[in-house]
Amino acid sequence: MATESIKYLAPDTENKAKTQVFPRPGQHTTGLIDWLTTIDHKKIGLMYGMTALFFLIVGGLEALLIRSQLWDHNMDVLTNRQYNQMFTMHGTTMVFLVIMPLSAAFFNYLMPLQIGARDVAFPRMNALSLWCFIGGGLILNLSWFFTGGSPAIGWFGYAPLTDTRFAEVVGDMGPDFWIFSLQILGVASLLASFNFITTIINMRAPGMTMMRLPVFTWMTLIVSFLIILAFPAITIALVELMFDRTYGTNFYDFLEGGKPHLWQHLFWIFGHPEVYILILPAMGIVSEVIPVFSRKPLFGYGLIVFSGAIIGFMGFAVWSHHMFTTGMGVVATSAFAMLTMLIAIPTGVKIFNWIGTMWGGRIRFDTPMLFALGFITMFMIGGFTGIMHSSVPIDAQHQDSYFVVAHFHYVLIGGALFGLFCGFYFWLPKMTGRMLNEKLGKFVFTLMFLGFNLTFFPMHYLGMIGQPRRTHTYNEGHGFETWNQIATIGAFILGVGIVIGIYQFVSAFFNKKLKPAGSNPWDARTLEWALSSPVKEYNFARTPIIKAKDQAWENNYGPRENHAEKEPLDDHGVHMPDRSWWPLVTALGLFGLAIGMLFHRNIDPSGELVRDYTAPILAGSVAVIGMIMWALEGPGGYHLFPKENDE
Amino acid sequence: MSDASAHALEHHEPVTSTGIPNKKVLMWAFLGSDCMFFGTLISTHLIYRKISATVGGNFLDIRDVFDIELTSFSTFILLASSLFMALGVSAIHKGNLKSMRWMLFGTIIFGAIFLACQVYEFTHFIHAPGNELTLSTYRGEPHVFGSTFYVLTGTHGTHVAIGVFWLIGWLAYSFTGKMSVAHAIDIEICGLYWHFVDIVWIIIFPVIYLMEYAL
Repeated sequence: MATESIKYLAPDTENKAKTQVFPRPGQHTTGLIDWLTTIDHKKIGLMYGMTALFFLIVGGLEALLIRSQLWDHNMDVLTNRQYNQMFTMHGTTMVFLVIMPLSAAFFNYLMPLQIGARDVAFPRMNALSLWCFIGGGLILNLSWFFTGGSPAIGWFGYAPLTDTRFAEVVGDMGPDFWIFSLQILGVASLLASFNFITTIINMRAPGMTMMRLPVFTWMTLIVSFLIILAFPAITIALVELMFDRTYGTNFYDFLEGGKPHLWQHLFWIFGHPEVYILILPAMGIVSEVIPVFSRKPLFGYGLIVFSGAIIGFMGFAVWSHHMFTTGMGVVATSAFAMLTMLIAIPTGVKIFNWIGTMWGGRIRFDTPMLFALGFITMFMIGGFTGIMHSSVPIDAQHQDSYFVVAHFHYVLIGGALFGLFCGFYFWLPKMTGRMLNEKLGKFVFTLMFLGFNLTFFPMHYLGMIGQPRRTHTYNEGHGFETWNQIATIGAFILGVGIVIGIYQFVSAFFNKKLKPAGSNPWDARTLEWALSSPVKEYNFARTPIIKAKDQAWENNYGPRENHAEKEPLDDHGVHMPDRSWWPLVTALGLFGLAIGMLFHRNIDPSGELVRDYTAPILAGSVAVIGMIMWALEGPGGYHLFPKENDE
Repeated sequence: MSDASAHALEHHEPVTSTGIPNKKVLMWAFLGSDCMFFGTLISTHLIYRKISATVGGNFLDIRDVFDIELTSFSTFILLASSLFMALGVSAIHKGNLKSMRWMLFGTIIFGAIFLACQVYEFTHFIHAPGNELTLSTYRGEPHVFGSTFYVLTGTHGTHVAIGVFWLIGWLAYSFTGKMSVAHAIDIEICGLYWHFVDIVWIIIFPVIYLMEYAL
């Protein structure tokens, strides 16, 4: 057991905390304070994951309300404005508060383990990223309680829907909440990505060359680069929009010389790489799972890695295919159509590689494999409809119809979410030390697969016969009812499947009756499977010296010269950085700054606009003080002394 | 340097896979990202400059507002500050704390002069008699030039201000007696940031200011 094999150094309070406002939590911190101040990438990953699963339920309930409203013609479960709010919140939540953070959860937990590192390069910055994510999620959902309620502008927030003059409710604050929440979430994503890039480039174990990195780690690196290069576009677009709404600039105000079209460009320069930010992590997960359950090495490792990189690179050159109907001109439209067709090639390469991996393998149909197969098939359907849309005339027909809704849900649920669920079923035994119930897992997969296809397959047809998306109801006589009812039934089945899945994930941490997993229950290949389950605080007692790709597999089955070695135990022990309050304080400051800016305007009794910057300045100072104290306290640290034979 | 015990727990910087310190990789990644921030802002400005070239039916001649002599002066000052910054980095690498302090001080002062010029410029433009350029209007007519110009140069100014406060932080820290050649990397990434912000201005100055005079 971890605790027995470790003897501790002298009291961990020495050298520290003489000038601290509150004392720095020490080595033996447990309970709530431990979770609030932790800088351990594994705990941060778990918090990312659990928060994202919570938001998955929130976003799912919003989806079910949308589906209930569309059950029959002229229903009034929701008013038209509430319907607009629902699809805005559903989209924003699912993209920024579910799929991205679920991917970040896996990045955080697994990437350092896969490269043989003890933590990420900047553990406290990682904690700040987590708290910013939670703060941003809170701000978005707080919008329900203030003037105008939640934003009703779509997750894309197209101008001029965001223009204050066209607000349905006077003084509508929904778009402001949306802007500030996305800014804070942007900070979270950027910080995490800088951290992951530095970690992967700089903290690989000896012998872990770039071309020995597991594919999941490669995808982490590529996605991190996509994030740091794509998010600035939306950040600036949002700054401009914030100035428009708050200080009366004219960026997107077509009555005063602005061009709403510019918003679409800036949004999609971010928005299209974002699509790959959502899907590449799932591709990474599937690339790890399929070889394990086919009992074959990954077919064409180099091709998979380079296809991922090419997808990432070309992802920046296809954004305008979201805008074919805006009238960009023949040249631009044709160029983007061609590039869009081209980007299908590296995607297809990956799919063939996965099929090649399974070809002739001894396939085991455990739950993770089922989800991986679900991913490939469903993502392919989404991919095919995607290629259809690269053709401009077809795109013009499908624009704003349910066909598009079907397309991107096949990519994002059938693709990204199935991939992430696959990751949970695959790695939870590593995270919890317990095997999940296979039967229940297969039941969840069946429900999700059936429910998902029942919901979204009919939407292809609905779109073709003309049902417009983003419209709160439809009239009798179009023949929409039957397919909508099938879709709604499917959505509830999918919802039940997801809820049972989440129950299974969460209960794996607490249910002592589950079978113990052991260190490598799937007979898997990558480095994390060479460690005990759950992984110890310090990850690697001795830094491994990597000799081959698929190191855990080589250790068990490879020739002797491919077995990993370990660096000798150091007299200093394992250096662990200290916990810290300052990431949380800094994030609270940023949260307060956003809230302060949201409420800094008031109308005084004479009808004049009064700006009061006290609250934002105070909150901003908290953030600045947090950062200064953070810099002054330093990484700190204590030492652990694992025994010679510990993993 | 003098207080070795305070660093008892911090070993020497861990060896990294590339040999480049983590902080430096982080800063380069951030600067790559920051390129996209400024790229977006500069593109926004240039696009609008082309498609909204008139105001109230007349060709928009922003030379009536701009004060190119002042901006040239502040450009020179900002570029000169980079020399101080480079000398400061070099000084701390050699462990010459005293020289580093003076160089950081010079950088801070020049950065502050640049900011003061910008504040003066903004106030002057907003109140230019007959040629008022505000966030939303030019000569009282609605226009986007003010929006893109102020938000772009203001974002750059914010970067300079952050750099100034960051350097003030290190200057103050250098008097605590805890600073040593081990902190050279920290000053170096500060310098990377400072030079980058400078380079961005080297793009902004010709593209936003000088080009108006080339027409």
